[in-house]
Parts: sequence; C-alpha cells; structure tokens
Amino acid sequence: METKAFQKIYTKITQITKATCSLKATGVGYEEMAIVHGRLAQVVKIMGDDVTLQIFSGTEGIPTNAEVVFLGRPPVLKVSDELSGRFFNAYGDPIDGRPAIEGEERQIGGPSVNPVRRKQPSEFIPTGIAGIDLNNALVTGQKIPFFADPDQPFNQVMSMVALRADADKIILGGMGLTNDDYLYYKNVFENAGALDRIISFVNTTEDPPVERILVPDMALTAAEYFAVDKKQKVLVLLTDMTLYADALSIVSNRMDQIPSKDSMPGSLYSDLAKIYEKAVQFPDGGSITIIAVTTLSGGDITHAIPDNTGYITEGQLFLRKDTDIGKVVVDPFRSLSRLKQLVIGKKTRADHPQVMNAAIRLYADAANAKTKQENGFDLTDYDERTLSFAKDYSNKLLAIDVNIEVDQMLETSWNLFGKHFSPIEVGIKEEFVDKHWPKED
Amino acid sequence: MEKINKMTKGTVAGIIANLVFVEVDGPVQQNEICYIDLDGTKLMAEVIKINGTQAYVQVFESTRGLKVNDTVEFTGHMLEVTLGPGILSKNYDGLQNDLDKMDGVFLKRGEHTNPLEDEKKWEFKPLAKEGDVLEAGGWLGEVKENWMPHKIMIPFKFKGKYTVKNVVDAGEYTIKDTIAVVADENGKEINITMTQKWPVKLAIKAYKEKPRPFKLLETGVRVIDTLNPITEGGTGFIPGPFGTGKTVLQHALSKQAEADLIIVAACGERANEVVEIFTEFPELDDPRSGRKLMERTTIIANTSNMPVAAREASVYTAMTLGEYYRAMGLKVLLLADSTSRWAQALREMSNRMEELPGQDAFPMDLPAIISNFYSRAGFTYLNNGSTGSITFIGTVSPAGGNLKEPVTESTKKAARCFYALSQQRADSKRYPAIDPLDSYSKYAEYPEVEEYLKENIDPEWPEKIRLARDILIRSREVAEQINILGDDGVPIEYHERFWKGEIVDFVILQQDAFDKIDCSTSLERQKYMLNKVLDVYHTSFAFDSFDEVGTFFKGIINNMRQMNYSEYESEKFYENEKKLNSLIEERKIA
Repeated sequence: METKAFQKIYTKITQITKATCSLKATGVGYEEMAIVHGRLAQVVKIMGDDVTLQIFSGTEGIPTNAEVVFLGRPPVLKVSDELSGRFFNAYGDPIDGRPAIEGEERQIGGPSVNPVRRKQPSEFIPTGIAGIDLNNALVTGQKIPFFADPDQPFNQVMSMVALRADADKIILGGMGLTNDDYLYYKNVFENAGALDRIISFVNTTEDPPVERILVPDMALTAAEYFAVDKKQKVLVLLTDMTLYADALSIVSNRMDQIPSKDSMPGSLYSDLAKIYEKAVQFPDGGSITIIAVTTLSGGDITHAIPDNTGYITEGQLFLRKDTDIGKVVVDPFRSLSRLKQLVIGKKTRADHPQVMNAAIRLYADAANAKTKQENGFDLTDYDERTLSFAKDYSNKLLAIDVNIEVDQMLETSWNLFGKHFSPIEVGIKEEFVDKHWPKED
Repeated sequence: MEKINKMTKGTVAGIIANLVFVEVDGPVQQNEICYIDLDGTKLMAEVIKINGTQAYVQVFESTRGLKVNDTVEFTGHMLEVTLGPGILSKNYDGLQNDLDKMDGVFLKRGEHTNPLEDEKKWEFKPLAKEGDVLEAGGWLGEVKENWMPHKIMIPFKFKGKYTVKNVVDAGEYTIKDTIAVVADENGKEINITMTQKWPVKLAIKAYKEKPRPFKLLETGVRVIDTLNPITEGGTGFIPGPFGTGKTVLQHALSKQAEADLIIVAACGERANEVVEIFTEFPELDDPRSGRKLMERTTIIANTSNMPVAAREASVYTAMTLGEYYRAMGLKVLLLADSTSRWAQALREMSNRMEELPGQDAFPMDLPAIISNFYSRAGFTYLNNGSTGSITFIGTVSPAGGNLKEPVTESTKKAARCFYALSQQRADSKRYPAIDPLDSYSKYAEYPEVEEYLKENIDPEWPEKIRLARDILIRSREVAEQINILGDDGVPIEYHERFWKGEIVDFVILQQDAFDKIDCSTSLERQKYMLNKVLDVYHTSFAFDSFDEVGTFFKGIINNMRQMNYSEYESEKFYENEKKLNSLIEERKIA
C-alpha cells in the first residue's frame, strides 16, 4: 500500500454509494488500483474524467474530502519461493505476523493459456478415498467441486485430499471461511508437517465480503508461478465458491446491473469459467488442479451457482450421510469425474473400469430393493444379498474415512463380489473373473 | 464494404469492462472494426452502437490499463475472415487467428496471426477458360487441400457478371499469385488471387436456390438416423443438462457423419474438451478417406475463459467458413458447442449497454438473432448446377436443465430437429441419452424426405418407424402401470409389452460410443436390425409367469446386443443371430 511522493493526491469525491465512490481524475487506467482513505480500491468505470472506484472493504465512514491516490497498476501479487508456508489476506499481505515477501510483481487475473499449448490430462491423483479413487478418479489439470450442503464435512475431506495427493504445492483460497475453519486448516497443515508446501490466501467471515473477489485470482497467480516457472504440480483448493459468487452479486447489484437468474450477475458463467479454466496440464510436467467447494442450499443443484459451475467443471463430487452405517460417504450415483476415463484401467489395473461399473450397478440394485422393502413388497433372495453387499460396500469403500491404495480397493471389491454374488450376477468379462475372483478356501 | 471512411480516427472517452466509448472525428459504420492503441498493443474492437459522435465499441480482449484519450483507428470494414486454401486442419480462435502460430503459453493481448500460409505453393488446375461468363462464387480453378478439391472462385463481394479473360496454366502458385483475370460488365479488368475476405455477420448468397432439404444425412447414430433423421442441409439442436453426454454425442457426430468436411465451433466450453479434439482427431482414421480425420476438420476454439466478445464472433466465423466450402459444392457439417454460451455473451453486452432486458435478462431480439443464424445453414443448388450443403447442429446448455428457458425456446423455433437429452436416461446409463419420444425431426414429415427414405432404405420404412415409436410409447405406459400395481398385479401380456419396448430401447436406441464397432452403424445395418427387432415384436410367445418374461427377453436383448458388437455380416454376427433365432423358437407360439 505504498504511496510515492510525486503521486497526485485527489481530495474531492463527488459521489459515494455503499461500495463505490466517484471523483474527477485524469490519466487513470482501467482496473487500476487506488487507495481511498487508506482503503484499497479498483477502477471499475471511467467516463470522461469521471472515475468510479470500487472500495473492497466498503465505504463506511469515507468523507467527501478523503485522500485518493492512484497506484498506477492493476492488482498484483509478489511471487517467489518465499510464498511457501505463508498465510496471506485477499490483497496478498501476510497475516501470519511474519514480514512481507520479496519477489517479482505479477498482475493477478492474467491472460488464459492458449488451448493448443495445453496437454490432455493423463496423470492419476490418488487420494486414498475409495469413493474418489475407485469411482471418480481425479486427474492432474482437472477442475472439480464438491457440491455439499453447509452441514457436511467438506472442509475435512478437502484437507484430507490435499494432504494425501501427490502435489508439489497446495494453495488454499479461503473465501468467507469462518475463523474456526481457518484455524482448522492451519492446524491440519501444521500437524501434517506439510506447511512448507502450502500457501494460503484467506478471507474470513470477519473480513468484508467484497474482498473475496480477489482471493481466487491471488491463489491462481501463485499457482501459475509454480506450475509455469517451476514446472511443479500444484493443487488449488477453493472454498467456498458460493460465497465468492454471492460477493459478485453484491457488487453487480451495487453497480445497478440487471440481475439474471437467481439474482446473479449475467456474467456469472464467464466469471466462474475464468477461474476454473486456470486448471491446466502443461506438456513439460507442470499442472494446476483445482478442487473447489460449492455449498448448496437444500441440495438444490438447479440454482444458478451450482448449475453454472456444473457446466464449467469436469464433474462434481457429492457427499451423503449413509444412515445405515452412520458414516459420510461419497455418493456413487450423483458424483462424476469426467476425466476418469483418461486414467482408469490405463494408469490403474485393467479390471478397474469393469469392477467400478459392476459395483455401482449392484449398489443401484440394492437401492431398488430398499424401495421395494419400504413399499412393503416381498424381497427375493437376490434383493437380500444386494442389501448386505451395499452395507459392506458403503463401509469398506465408500466411507470417507477409508484410506487405502487403488489395488487394495479393487481387491476389496472382488472379495465383496465373491462373498455376496455369483460371477454371472456380477457380469464382468471372463478374463478378469478368472484372474481375480476370490478362491474358495 | 467500400473503404469510404478509411481515415476515421477516434479517442477513448469512457470504459466499462469491455464496452468502450469512442469519440470519433469522421463517419463510422455499424459493426465496423477498429483498433485501440494501448501503449503500442492494438486491441481489436467492433462498433455496436453509434450516438452522435460517440461510437460504442465492444473490445475483443481485456481492457485492463486502457485510459481516456488513448487513440483509436477505424478500418472501414466489418469483422472479416480470410478465405482461401489452407483453412482445413487449422485451429483458429473466434477471430480466425491461427492459434498454433502464437508464441508462448499464454494468449497475448493484441496478437493477431495470419490465418493462412502466404508462402505455401498449391497445385492449381484451371476449371474456367477464356470467355466464360461467371458470377460471384463461380469456379475458376481448383487446388487440392489435403485431399479435398478446393475451388478458387470469383470473390463473393463481386456484383454482376464477369467475363474470364484468362486463367493461368496448371502449376504451383501461392495464394498471393494472380491466377485469373476477369472483366466486369464495363470491361474493367480485375486480377483474382486464391484468397478473398468476407464479413462474417453477412450470409454468403452465391447460390441459385435453397430448396427444402430432402436427402438423409447418415450419422451412424441409430436413434438419430432411424427414429429422428436429420437431412443434408438440415438444422438440429441438442439441449441437455450437464452430464447427459452432449459433448460425447457431438464428438460422435463429427467423427462419423457422412460429410465432406467438419467445422467445430467450441464456443465458450471447457478447454480440455477442445484439447481432446486436438489430441484425438489427428490420430483418428477417417473411415471415408483412409486418412486422418483432422485433414478435413477445422476447429474454432473460443473456450469459456477466452474473451467473451470474441465468443459471439466465433459462431459467425464458423458459419462463414462453412458457407465458403458449401459454395465449392461440398457437404459441410457444422457443430457448435454451445450456443447458450454465445447467447450469454450477447446478454453480457446488452446488459452493459443498459438495454431493457427480456426474459432472464437476455436481449429482446435473442429469438431473431438465433433464427437468423440457423437460417444460414441449408442445402443449395449452385449457379453451375452442383449442390452443396451446411448441416448445422448446435448444443444448448439450459440453465438448471429447464427446457423452458429463453435460449432453448428460441432455438426450438429455429431448428427443425430436436434431440432432447434426458437426465433420467443418463442416470440409468442409457446412452446416448436422447429421449426417443420427446425428440423429433420435422424432416421426417416432409413428403420429399419420406419419398427419399422409401426409395433408398425400404418402401415401408416410414411405417416401420412409426411402429417402433408406438412400441416405445406402449411400453412406457405399461411400465407405469406395473410400477403402481406391482409385478403380479398386471396380466402377463403387460410384461411382454413392456419388454418388447425394452428391446427397441436396448438394441436400437442405446449405442456404445466407446466401442469400435457399435459406435457407428450403417443405414443398411440399421435396417437389418430394426427388421429383426420388429420380427420379434410380431411374434407371440408363451409364458407361465411374469418372471419368465423378464428372463426370456433379457436373453433376447443380450443376443441382439452381441450382434451389435460384432462386425456386420461377419461369422460372429451370424453366429449370434443363430443363437437368437433358436432362443426365439423356444417360446414361439406357432
């Protein structure tokens, strides 16, 4: 927030709204940063010599004679190896009590990768969670959100995924995190001894909501530095994107824009796509993978935020409480990883796709049997067996506390098939059955 | 189009996101292209509204750092594409910049690359001779572009009749060389090269007439060809919630459809999907030429993170390239994924212009814009008697999966085929998830199309299709009753009726896009299988209980699917058919 001696200081604000103020100024660049009454602001509109500034932390208490200084540059982040292990706020200033970092200034929200310079993602990211690895394998360069209700333990699952994934850097972009969740992440990262490969940009519920808009761009600028310049595998965690979108709608509302569906700005799709499309696999090994959280209200995925997200991301993960076993599981029906075909059966064992499909089909049969049971119809012997299979399958594979290798997941699946079914009922290609069907003792 | 106001200049007066207000010193035209100078970087922009001496321009790139009083130069023409040999196998952005020629990993602002190769020599063969009288679009000669005959034409901008003075001899020429001299009606001689330019927002009308499409376009996708056929020069659209397989279906169409060349406009969709095309198409064998599929494909990639205004331009760029090849007498298949993103780009701009919004904040003229665009497709008779066509299939991504939203509704009015992807079918993994009953093809009702089907497939084909639909409808009705009354609450015939519908579903509708053989089915084979399915339908079977019905028909379905998975007319195919026949015999009532 440096001011320089030769900079012109304006002191005559002509208009103030809840989020913006306007003044007469010349030579100002679009999207340029400014300091208004000690607060960071950005140019959002220029009309002749009328300049409108958006003040991230709100305009409360700003007088018409406040000092306004233009910084002559768009928002930037200083990037260097020193970023590792540090916690920053939405402006990229340290909040961990340690000194500011030195490094090259990079503009945030930079240009897009030329699509012909991308590589098709092909590297499997094991997480140990079978609901993900077995049924919805993640791939480097992918972007995928958790669609979760606010009461679900998505932050725990996400931190688990982050720590187990084989990534060189983990970058957390926290938007509207409660202070408790922020401290939770901090603790988990510290206890895992992984702090040196983690970088956090955090806006908590105590901070002004509009500041959140900067967080994803900050996190992704840092990610691009490590993925492009250092050719590292970077995992970016963004939580919670619903609060980010809410901040966008606040801004557009205050700028008098016409709202579209669910009072979201008409540009929501492009705004979200600009963030998620930063996920990329480069030919030289560097990659950015984005795992995000989109909280739903009452599980409604037709709301504009999850709906637009679904069209942008490569699949989505759903958590669900399985009351039969009393654990949270990764829902195999509603979850989808669009890129899994690129790795399963290729980077993992050849029987993976067939085992995955067979197990999900049997699990679906169990769901039908359950409906039948609830409606008071008699159950056949097959129905009974699918029900006991479903219970085992939930417990040993779908539950989020499972932490095993993929080969073990496949073995467990085969054992469950053998325990409950005949090979014909499972319906997997013969060559795999011959090789993997559990031998009778 | 004439360069009347070449010298007009302006200065930036205001900026809101990518809408810039420019104070101009001379005449400007609506949709004129201008370049804004930002510290030496030229930002391309298009005039979208004019008010007194102020032009409202939409900038195709980020306006970050732009200042009031920055200078603007107007070009005197609208957004144009460059037409000429070398377009095939290219990857362009929405403004026809060759993406492969750009430096670096990131797209740079203001970087414009040549869409064609100026130095490359093409093997030219004359088609016209001295004294021939031609109009715009008339063929002067041809070059081989990959293996496609690429016609060199009288430029589309030329009006009236032109007399050929001379055409160069066969030989190698670059696109800049003069290959012919023609004289206009006043005798003025004009040199012709292999390239010309055309503004994308205007339709190329260098054809004699545009009849109703009547020829079936084979796609190899059974649920389309058999039940809801699309025609050469037809229009169709695919709406579907996310995760229902829109993209897989579009990729299947691009790989298999019986077209001479394919133009894919990836408009505001995922970059990794475009990368999939970049990665796979150069490897995929083209069943029609034995070469690689990429050789007859052009990709316009304006992915969701690329500038929004250029997204709108990208579909027009794709359509104009299609019209260019249609004028050569070729069958073009144009795919756009997705037109909703294009409509959203229109919405963002209309919003910034503070226009009064229509439904869901889309611009009021959205239906007109969409139908105008779809009307540029079509089957044409060219002036020289040849035919050419653009078949256009767009996807729509309805917000919240709700088909009542404005983009779907407007498109429904414009497109003649409707391929509804159903969430329910996708959830039960019945792919392609095209709902056979909600979907329709208006072409199937055209008498000339019916005539064509009768002549080329089977005299009773239209009857058979209607029957197949009826079987599905009855099966669906019965399924609902069984759900309510329970398996044993309905007569056994009901189960039979249900399962006969399931045969149509599993054997005809469902198709494995990832299987080498099943992914594409020839018309001949589609006819064979439909007859087979109808034979089973017309046969009566004897059952003692409803359990037996399901088991029996599952066996039938399994056998027929094995047929689908076997090479047509192969030993394995007939082996499976034999098994099927003996299975049928088991329970057949004579």
